[in-house]
Amino acid sequence: MNVIEAEKLNIVFAAADRPVVALQDVDLTVAAGDFVSLIGPSGCGKTTLLRAIADLTALTSGTLRVNGMSADEARRNRAYGYVFQAPALFPWRNVKRNVMLPLELLKMDVSAREQRAAENLELLGLSEFGRKFPWQLSGGMQQRVSIARALSFKPSLLLMDEPFGALDEITRDNLNLHVHELWRRTGMTCVFVTHSIPEAVFLSTRIVVMSPRPGRVLKVIESGLPASRALELRETPEFIAIAHEVREALREGHSYD
Amino acid sequence: MTDFFRARALPVLSVTLVLLAAWYVAAYCLNAPQAEALMDPDGPQGFWAVVQAVWSMDRPVLPTPDEIAGNLFDSIFNNPITSPRNFLLQTFYTAQTAIAGLALGGVFGTALAIGIVHSRVLDRSVMPWVIGSQTIPILAIAPMVMVALGNIGFTGLAPKAAIVGYLSFFPITVGMVKGLRSPEPMQLDLMRTYNASGAEIFTKLRWPVSMSFLFPALKVAVALSVTGAIVAELPTGATVGLGARLLAGSYYGQTCMMWGALVLASVLALTLIGAVRVAEFWLRQARGGRL
Repeated sequence: MNVIEAEKLNIVFAAADRPVVALQDVDLTVAAGDFVSLIGPSGCGKTTLLRAIADLTALTSGTLRVNGMSADEARRNRAYGYVFQAPALFPWRNVKRNVMLPLELLKMDVSAREQRAAENLELLGLSEFGRKFPWQLSGGMQQRVSIARALSFKPSLLLMDEPFGALDEITRDNLNLHVHELWRRTGMTCVFVTHSIPEAVFLSTRIVVMSPRPGRVLKVIESGLPASRALELRETPEFIAIAHEVREALREGHSYD
Repeated sequence: MTDFFRARALPVLSVTLVLLAAWYVAAYCLNAPQAEALMDPDGPQGFWAVVQAVWSMDRPVLPTPDEIAGNLFDSIFNNPITSPRNFLLQTFYTAQTAIAGLALGGVFGTALAIGIVHSRVLDRSVMPWVIGSQTIPILAIAPMVMVALGNIGFTGLAPKAAIVGYLSFFPITVGMVKGLRSPEPMQLDLMRTYNASGAEIFTKLRWPVSMSFLFPALKVAVALSVTGAIVAELPTGATVGLGARLLAGSYYGQTCMMWGALVLASVLALTLIGAVRVAEFWLRQARGGRL
């Protein structure tokens, strides 16, 4: 079953001089259990596409089904967890209460929500930090909290918008492993926006290469890499070949001009 | 301790001493002509005699700090607490007006801010009136408010609280509009992904985020509330409170009484500000040390 089916999506933003075409005739299919990365330079519409799936940005035209529903219905049914570019934690809540926020909105009762929050913090290696406040944690840990929060109500679809873009490479590697293991363990569907080629290749089963002005899909690359991955994978010829393919596709889209 | 003394206490203490010294000099200069006129022409003359005469004046133009303190002490400890001569009782009345008015202004100001943030119509139509309301001198409308509300049966505390509310709602509204609008777009998007209702966005996001705007606004409102309470006690008909004592003092040339009322008004304002700071401290603690 396809979790996301997008056909001929167009999104045009009104601007002062002339309208900006953020997405032009974008088709995308994401099957259940897929890990799909959207990669491309700034302005290629990858974030806009993710926001459209999340019903945070309205379509200008085209059809979009999420879990067989319209994006709006899917959002109302809390079909997905969303991780933003920044942690977007509430600084007046401690880590645990941040993770419990969506559970409160779901009217889950207190003991269940305590338990669920504890499980999710454990899942991301944050058990000891439940009582800390967001500003007491490093950027990488804050982003882990935001992933724990997105997963707290066990959505089957996880949307991530350049979640590690602001982090250093070592932290990023560590979090890539975390995300990979989460995906392996839960079997959920992930859509991941990034501008890092190694990150996209390491995490994905499929890589969607996009290009800017107007934002469109250039190429979809299927990754033949094994399902279970370790960081060393990035030094294998297979990995390097796929990374090369992504880079070539980006070049064809004049992303390097 | 010595560090605290040098860094915090010493500067304040030095300024206080300079001010006190200046005060005594000013008191001498302002009171000397009258004191000299009242001196016994056959008695001792000279600088020290004038100083002594100034010191023992009944109604000095500018009383010295020790005279004010003595007068206050006398009023508070040598009168029963129920006596209108007791300044504490008058301070209590003023505090009552200020607190009732603050509550009124706080509730009204917050409600208005919530309305402005959630309704485009209110946002466009009400804000100019809110700002306009503060351009009217409160001294001019206070008597009219007292008379108007008195005519429809509101006397005593209610009309005075209304005047204080009129003054103190403004900083609350301005601060809370800013505060309720301060969530980041990303935080609002997050709430949208949870399909949160407007009420949930308000209670879980807008209200808690606005707290760092509420407390500065409250401090301004507190300062205004004491001024407002005293102004509300000035019009004819008002017989209690520090404002009434100020007025009585000026009628009868009792400068000590006026200064005493002023001292207690500032003590009252400081106490109320202190209460706000305590509330702020508690909330800060509950939030792990940051507001």
